[in-house]
Amino acid sequence: MRYLIVLIPALLLPFVLTDFWLAQVLTRSLILGIIALSLSFLATYLGVVSFAQASLAGVAGYAIAYFGPNTVGIGVPLPFIVKLPLALLLAMIAGALIGFVARRSRGIYAIMITLAIGVAFFYFTRQNYVLFNGFTGFSGVLPPALGDRSWGDPRPLYYLSLGVAIICVAMVQGFVRSPLGLAVQAVRDAPGRLLALGIPTTFPIIAAFAFSGLIAGSGGILNAWFQERVSSFSVGFGPIIDILIISVIGGLRHPTGAFVGAIVYVILDIFAIDLIDRDRFNLLIGIVLLAIVVAAPNGLQQLAIDWVGALRKRAAKTPAN
Amino acid sequence: MTLFFVVTLNGLTLAALYFLAASGFSLIFGLMRTVNMAHGALLLLGGYIGWSVADATGLWALGVFAGGLGAAFAGALVQIGVLGWMQGDELRQTLASIAISIILADLMLWIWGGTTYQVRTPDWLSGGMRIEILGIGYAKVRLYLMAFALVVGVALWLFIQKTRIGAVIRAGVDDQDMLRALGYPINRIFVLVFAMGGMLAGMAGVIAGSALSIAPGTDLQFLLSSLVVVIVGGMGSVGGAALGALLIGLAEQYGLAYAPTYAAVVTFVIMVVVLAVRPQGLLGQAEA
Amino acid sequence: MKNLKIAVSALALSAAAVPASADDIKIGVISILEGAFAALGQDGIRGVEMAIADAGGSVAGKDVELIVVSSDASPDSAVAAARRLIEQDGVQVIVGPLSGSEGLALRDLSRSYPEVTIINGSSGAQDTTLRDPSENFYRFGGDGAQWMAGVGTYAHDTLGYEKVAIVAEDYSFPYTQVLGFMSEFCAAGGTVPEKFWTPIGNADYSSVVYSIPQDVDAIFVALGGSDAVSFLTQYQQAGFNTPIIGGSITIDQTVLSSDASFRDMLLGAPAGTPTVSDFDSPEWTAFSAAYAEAYPDGLGAPSIFAHHYYMGGHAAMLALEEVGGDLSDGGAAFRAVLDDLEFVQPTGGIMRLDENRNGIVDNFVIEVFEREDGSLGTRAIEVVKDVNQTLGQDLETFLAAGPVSRDNPSCP
Repeated sequence: MRYLIVLIPALLLPFVLTDFWLAQVLTRSLILGIIALSLSFLATYLGVVSFAQASLAGVAGYAIAYFGPNTVGIGVPLPFIVKLPLALLLAMIAGALIGFVARRSRGIYAIMITLAIGVAFFYFTRQNYVLFNGFTGFSGVLPPALGDRSWGDPRPLYYLSLGVAIICVAMVQGFVRSPLGLAVQAVRDAPGRLLALGIPTTFPIIAAFAFSGLIAGSGGILNAWFQERVSSFSVGFGPIIDILIISVIGGLRHPTGAFVGAIVYVILDIFAIDLIDRDRFNLLIGIVLLAIVVAAPNGLQQLAIDWVGALRKRAAKTPAN
Repeated sequence: MTLFFVVTLNGLTLAALYFLAASGFSLIFGLMRTVNMAHGALLLLGGYIGWSVADATGLWALGVFAGGLGAAFAGALVQIGVLGWMQGDELRQTLASIAISIILADLMLWIWGGTTYQVRTPDWLSGGMRIEILGIGYAKVRLYLMAFALVVGVALWLFIQKTRIGAVIRAGVDDQDMLRALGYPINRIFVLVFAMGGMLAGMAGVIAGSALSIAPGTDLQFLLSSLVVVIVGGMGSVGGAALGALLIGLAEQYGLAYAPTYAAVVTFVIMVVVLAVRPQGLLGQAEA
Repeated sequence: MKNLKIAVSALALSAAAVPASADDIKIGVISILEGAFAALGQDGIRGVEMAIADAGGSVAGKDVELIVVSSDASPDSAVAAARRLIEQDGVQVIVGPLSGSEGLALRDLSRSYPEVTIINGSSGAQDTTLRDPSENFYRFGGDGAQWMAGVGTYAHDTLGYEKVAIVAEDYSFPYTQVLGFMSEFCAAGGTVPEKFWTPIGNADYSSVVYSIPQDVDAIFVALGGSDAVSFLTQYQQAGFNTPIIGGSITIDQTVLSSDASFRDMLLGAPAGTPTVSDFDSPEWTAFSAAYAEAYPDGLGAPSIFAHHYYMGGHAAMLALEEVGGDLSDGGAAFRAVLDDLEFVQPTGGIMRLDENRNGIVDNFVIEVFEREDGSLGTRAIEVVKDVNQTLGQDLETFLAAGPVSRDNPSCP
């Protein structure tokens, strides 16, 4: 019931909005939200903040570009039915590898090691021409055709992204209730006790990272289709930080906050230059970010929930007085 | 063979610069568990201030001092104004410091523009000198840089190991709560540490601007190198920062000389390997 | 300075508050206003503004409104900026972008918006117009290879260099510059025994400095901004004195005005560029004076970016005037005018396009000299007229050599 309040407008929006708002604001928010969801998932249920989620998304994006149509003449074209699972699988493997490397790191150290992995991956894509086509990367990465149109057109891509977002949220909710998901949360809460019980913590950690790779990878594929390209810039320091910002301003308490964070971030990113002198828009972005971090310790979603709660309380009180 | 020695020397001098840049970061990171993502911005701010002062007065040493002071002031302000309010919430601090670094970077672009600056050095630091054994010329400023880093390193070590306030800081690295319980004004100590970290960063910025150059983007470069150095070496220890800087400085120069294509990757791979094997860094203590 | 900024932003705000009349013509501008390229991007904006001001701010009786959007040198950001301009602001003419990868991205994007015309700012990637060009992407200017025309021959024939080592950043624009230099230099009989490709944004070149073979006659340096300053400083500090040959953004006003210790070493160093800071043709003197008057706090002279964004804006204004500001046919008439447009460049030559809509340009071999006030500038030694994108070679042969890369071209 609660979900319908969000879902029905989301389904109807394409009939109201212009292509720009649909594609550049909403679809982009959904895609960034999916990638940020993979970070929120790790933060919420494993208690690890990973800076490598943009890289995981990049792995899937690069795979889709390498195994699909592109205009740079690099790669091995594979049929859609093969390359899609392959790209997701590669993102999961990459996630598992990161999980393995970071299995013993917690807190700030986990932040650092994942950041290092992310930046190393960025430099590698920039320098390697055989697999990643270096600095320039891949262009002409088109989504498959949809009848005589393309999945890349604003409405189809919006619905596709919305669908994937819903599936990802559902998967997260399913995963955390599964025995494996419970083990992951046990690792977060009491790794020592788990070890004492004879349950190894390595496997749940790796599984959680692999799962986050699956989600980030889904977002990464959508992003490659949305941008019609993937390059070293897609996995650079900027995107790494963007994903973190989105997760945190949305709030890490509940994974769906990622989507709230994404839409705020995207709107700020696009329109800040209109609100202030065109040379100084980064100042505005920085100040707004700082304000959100200071004013909403648990993220914007939680802030909104608190406000609604407070309003309700007041509304409930008024008649009594 | 000459090349090997020269590259080693380059690695050592670069390590000295990395050590200067990272020591402040390490101090803050070690005591306060704060990942100060605005560290690079403080470094660049110090560099710019140093350039302006050195340019106006013609006194290089005054530039270094002013750069350190300016960044120390900015660092203290960051701690008092923002980060101090969220002590203990590491992630929020990380994010707030990212926001601060965005703001600072844009303010600096506003004031100093996008040109590349080089801090003009006095004659005794400028130009090259012959190193007869190797039969090459070498930049004087880089040789002095090593000496400077050594002095700063020893001073920092003495300060932390031998003074009372150093003992308090060390205690803080190990157990913040105990320190608080003993009635130490931990918040004031935090501000002091932040100011010191800023000062080290600011001086490193002026020196980076003398030996290399500073421009928008320098902030990110030194933030990343400081992160790597501190992580590899182990947090909160002067020796760790030195060891990390050595490792990274050498690796980067060998990479640049012998495998330029993947030089930038090497550094980060070292970090990943170290962390995977020893999550607390080479000289760091295991987490409680 | 600050007051001016505030005045400008107040203007911008009031412009935003009053909806532009439907008759206004909107021109979108994409430039880089953040990060390491911000100074260059700002100069690009100055160029467009000058082009609009030249026409009195209006065309065919309609006011022209500039909508400036920033990218961050990444293709993704350039595409997002262009989509925003097209879909949100409804512009049909875009001037920009600044850097090579962005240019390629916008060329690709332009195919999805046939009613929009993109006029390149200063991006200099070769393939933007050479291979697989787009009908509505124009470049009134050259690519990175054209910008080096004349230098290879000058280095070999006039300066007598036989062996040259190359230090350049490891991405497409320097590859193209190296091609421009080597195609002449190698044809003249010179050799390039070694190339050093360094990662972009590298600060410490000291180990590269010592790896350069001692027996070369000169070093061709194609690094930009702070990379160039760092390399040149460290090279000079190491006590080497092998002459330098500069790329188009290496010997640039932003580098020359950086007040660094290598300045003496650079005196007399040749480079290739379409933009000379101190050039005494009447056109350039007028352009330079207009620039200095409009932007007292700008650079010492218009940079390559101001120059090229100006040409983009100027072409747009001329063609808009010609069609009476009417783009209602999806810009078809506008583009037909652009195809055959010819105008006098700020440097004095005639700008016109080839069939791929790439400029046929005049290029300069320049050298660094010291002005009377002690600052460094560049002056022209030689003008190479009518440089086309294939550098005078036959198109088939030129294409057959394949796209530029770390190893192409090669003449060890």
